Amino acid sequence: MLRVELRKRRGNFALDVAFSAPTPGITAVFGRSGSGKSTLISLIAGLTTPDSGRVVLGEDVLYDSGRPLSVDARHRRMGVVFQDARLFPHLSVRSNLEYGFRRLAKSVARPVAFDDVVSLLGLAALIIRRTHELSGGERQRVALGRALLAQPRLLLLDEPLASLDLARREEVLPYLEKLRDAFAIPIVYVSHQFDEVLRLATRMVLLDAGRVVADGDIATVSRDPQLRAIVGPDAVGAVVAGLVERIDAAGLAIIRVGDATLSVELDDATVGQRIQIQVLARDVIVATEAPRRLSVRNVVSARVVSIAPDAGRSVLIELDIGRTSTLLARITSRASQELGLAPDQQVWALIKAVSLRGHAFSVPAR
Amino acid sequence: MMLSAAESDALWLSLSVAARSVAFILPFAILVAWLLTRTRFAGRTLFDAFVHLPLVLPPVVVGYLLLVLFGVRGPIGGWLYQNFGIQLAFTSTGAALATAVMSFPLVVRAIRISLENVDRGLEDAARTLGAGPVDRFVSITLPLIAPGILAGAITAFAAGLGEFGAVITFASNIPGETRTLPLALYTALQTPDGDTLAARLAIISLTLGLGGLLIAEFLSRAISRRLGRNLDRRREH
Repeated sequence: MLRVELRKRRGNFALDVAFSAPTPGITAVFGRSGSGKSTLISLIAGLTTPDSGRVVLGEDVLYDSGRPLSVDARHRRMGVVFQDARLFPHLSVRSNLEYGFRRLAKSVARPVAFDDVVSLLGLAALIIRRTHELSGGERQRVALGRALLAQPRLLLLDEPLASLDLARREEVLPYLEKLRDAFAIPIVYVSHQFDEVLRLATRMVLLDAGRVVADGDIATVSRDPQLRAIVGPDAVGAVVAGLVERIDAAGLAIIRVGDATLSVELDDATVGQRIQIQVLARDVIVATEAPRRLSVRNVVSARVVSIAPDAGRSVLIELDIGRTSTLLARITSRASQELGLAPDQQVWALIKAVSLRGHAFSVPAR
Repeated sequence: MMLSAAESDALWLSLSVAARSVAFILPFAILVAWLLTRTRFAGRTLFDAFVHLPLVLPPVVVGYLLLVLFGVRGPIGGWLYQNFGIQLAFTSTGAALATAVMSFPLVVRAIRISLENVDRGLEDAARTLGAGPVDRFVSITLPLIAPGILAGAITAFAAGLGEFGAVITFASNIPGETRTLPLALYTALQTPDGDTLAARLAIISLTLGLGGLLIAEFLSRAISRRLGRNLDRRREH
């Protein structure tokens, strides 16, 4: 468990955060630019001195302003991957990868082997290259390898994909998934892209203006009004998680979520896999009668929990689909009135299988 | 063109004095450049101005101040002479010292500019990878400022070949000891029918300068290639 409680004032920006991240596991720190994410990483890594607070990793106190105690960044053994890779330009790719590894104390165990990192991150072809010959995505992969080989007790990834275009991002993301699944190293992943968080993390900390405004399971935080304000109305959607029950004849993955099942177009799904799905609120249709003869693959029985005014002329409806799984639906307030929707009413939620394509990702089982 | 004994003496002495002055300068220049870019202390501006003084003072004044401080009766020179038997004034080592003081600000300037251009983020990255302060300086900062150090050293060497005022004041004009090329040329001009010698010495100086500049250009290209200076152009975003 990483426990963080930090305060830092810089000019008229003040960071004041407290959260914990389970280990192993991946915790996303999500917030828009300027919310203090990079400052937070720098404080946890020990590159910036906080005004006050505590950083505790497992049993080890790394920083405590009360004692006072501060372990130097170089002894914290936190692998940091920065947005701009920060490869050493005067060293070859191999020397970059070995930089931290060669500086490890003799007593430190080395569960992460050079060859494993090279094969996991696909670095074999890059090793003899010079760093300026690498593409942006390759640079980030080398930076990840360099951090991993230093045998870190925690990985801090500071928007590692932010400087890459969409195609490069897609090129690096699978490596991040592999890394998450291959090593039991806890990861704090900072991002301002919700799709990255959805794809990689199961827990998130929502940061806004230097404060933690929501913190917990991604499904819970995904329905938080604070998150809605940050991602904007079109990206609002509840995250639900479930297990792949079977693959149907047409190749759709049938996923059990709450009391319902959802059909999703999902490549390489296997039965028993845990899937995390974001169902965008604008993609959910609400019906008060069981619909018949529709193309919609997913018709889910639901109970209205609440109806809240939303952006423009619409309302946001929270729908309970059983076993604490909840969906969000955005419909016009006119439609809501005509259907006579009210809390506790039984309704049907309709979701097109194709609308879930690209919003469903396999995550490690808990 | 065959060189006479006096000419080759002057040539080798010039090269030796310039080389030794560079050796004197580098450790201090790196330290001072580091202090000026990376630290904040009271009197920093005054210190900065002091470092740059040789650029604006007449060289004769620098030579005179060295004589006062490092002469056999001076506070530093006297101590060196009594304890170690080292005499600087009127020796070739003294000539190298005088030359070093004159070129010092040029080197500090060159190193300082490259230190300011070093991405501090790289040093942070090295720190998270377990490198201590000295290790970071040696493994990251020093290689990155190598082009600046080289440029400074070459400038200092070239300027050192021609240092006149400070050398003649502090180290005098002793044949075979402190009579470097410019001093030999000056002496030739003072001598009746020394015109030919003066012209020959001038040609030697010219050749030396030109050769030095070409070598400097070649070296800086080689080192830039090694450092991947075309980094920004080729990095994809």
